[in-house]
Amino acid sequence: MPVTCREEKRCLTALVSGELDHHAARAVMEELDRRIDQVQPRELTLDLGGLTFTDSSGIAVLLRAHRRMGQVQGAMRVVRTPDQAGKVFRAAGLERIIRFES
Amino acid sequence: MKIENQVALEFPSRSANEGFARTAAACFAAQLDPTLEEINDIKTAVSEAVTNAIVHAYPDVLGKIVLKLRIKEGHALEIVVKDWGVGIADVEQARTPLFTTGSEERSGMGFTIMESFTDTLKVRSAPGKGTTVTMVRKIARRAGR
Repeated sequence: MPVTCREEKRCLTALVSGELDHHAARAVMEELDRRIDQVQPRELTLDLGGLTFTDSSGIAVLLRAHRRMGQVQGAMRVVRTPDQAGKVFRAAGLERIIRFES
Repeated sequence: MKIENQVALEFPSRSANEGFARTAAACFAAQLDPTLEEINDIKTAVSEAVTNAIVHAYPDVLGKIVLKLRIKEGHALEIVVKDWGVGIADVEQARTPLFTTGSEERSGMGFTIMESFTDTLKVRSAPGKGTTVTMVRKIARRAGR
């Protein structure tokens, strides 16, 4: 699984690692959906520190997680975004919708 | 424009080949001595074009995809991704940011990313016949070479 989740006091942290392309995106989305349903988190932190590659599939994963967190009235932030992924997300203007932190 | 080196790869539209295609493109581009950022841009653009062919050209069947890479005069890499799938009825609409005919897994940003990460992008398509995406990315010549 390219995503590992841990939860503490309804704060969910998801570590996404490896290559997040269309091939991998479905499994990551399903796991995030499952954990969000289960935990109903107040906050989701997506930790991209281990991500080695992404493309527009990563944009879809972030937008979906953001929408799902809105449905459970929780916040979401994305941390440790690698340069390559950051460039993809900026090209899509994602920083206008999603909170990126170092 | 003179072609200095070229390679063609043919593979079926399996999503496992997305990683293979972009890695192969990065390896071929290495002879232009690109920076890490340039390599990543090439990988990203190839990944988008090949994923489009896998997801949209052949929605229900496995089909043939050809990736052609050419080193051209002027220190440039030409990337051609060709399929013989369903084709695109309205290319201009397909290139619009956020437009997608795909499921929730697609963001509709594929062509926008390809445009951002390359110097030129051409899309030729005919419904029922297939699509050819041609991108050119210039690689900067670095000092001291």
